[in-house]
Amino acid sequence: MEWIFEPWPWYIAGPLIALIMFLLIFVGKGFGMSSNLRTMCTLCGADSKADFFDFDWKSQRWNLIVVVGAIIGGFIAANFLSNDLSVAINPETISNLKELGFNSAGEAYLPTELFTWESVGGIKALIILLVGGILIGFGARYAGGCTSGHAISGLSNLQLPSLIAVIGFFVGGLLMVHILFPLIF
Amino acid sequence: MRSVGYLLIGIFFGIVMFKSEAASWFRIYEMFQFQSFHMYGIIGSALVLGVIGVQVIKRNNLKSFFGQRITFIPKEKSFSRYMYGGIIFGLGWALAGACPGPIFTLIGAGFMPLLIVFAGALLGTFLYGLLRKKLPH
Repeated sequence: MEWIFEPWPWYIAGPLIALIMFLLIFVGKGFGMSSNLRTMCTLCGADSKADFFDFDWKSQRWNLIVVVGAIIGGFIAANFLSNDLSVAINPETISNLKELGFNSAGEAYLPTELFTWESVGGIKALIILLVGGILIGFGARYAGGCTSGHAISGLSNLQLPSLIAVIGFFVGGLLMVHILFPLIF
Repeated sequence: MRSVGYLLIGIFFGIVMFKSEAASWFRIYEMFQFQSFHMYGIIGSALVLGVIGVQVIKRNNLKSFFGQRITFIPKEKSFSRYMYGGIIFGLGWALAGACPGPIFTLIGAGFMPLLIVFAGALLGTFLYGLLRKKLPH
């Protein structure tokens, strides 16, 4: 059972993600995380500002419970199921990242240059995280889904719209990492 | 009772996201650099099983645990909303290194600056709701 405390390989994680999707299908629901953001906007009163948020949020209560679970799962995994949190990425990737100024590459779960309060206090990291979040929320709703809704659920159901969205995800991601990162960092 | 089921599925999902490192900014960067098979293996193997499973459900008209018919709602046909929305999402995914599920998982794992990404994602969703009618779909 020692493997549980090590990072899980793709051939364990991928099938488990498929299992999660099927569990949700077999309880009569579907796998889609970003729609929770819309529900949360409605709960914050956004329905009085735009009719997009005027819907029966209670029909999405189950998905908010999944979110609570995802938070608890992260707590359990980080505190009780991990020996070492560093992520062993490709040494070439590590040297790329060090050139960009990410000295924590290979030694942490997330870059400390972005995800510590100390770094966030430097404003640049704060803006990066905020803008990243805005793009994620805006893009996911515009595209009608995120990685779970399109890349996993939609493609599993052979949906052409999901393929277009996933191609978009990659166009955006490649643009960010290859063209914009050298300008930002 | 069903709520307990949803909660357990969510916990399981959070653990898988964290332990597979799909919630790591570094893995997302590495994926977009094509320097590791890891993320492609995760998405690819989930998809192969997903496609097979959905076909099995459809062809055998399988019922849910509660005896209801399982229906798959087809996505609306369009190009622009999926491509433009997808590109915007991809830019954010690579910059913040997290998609919506892992944002929650990382907050649970104790990486509190993800609260800023979360706040941004809520704001982005709200902005979309405001601008929706002016955007090409």
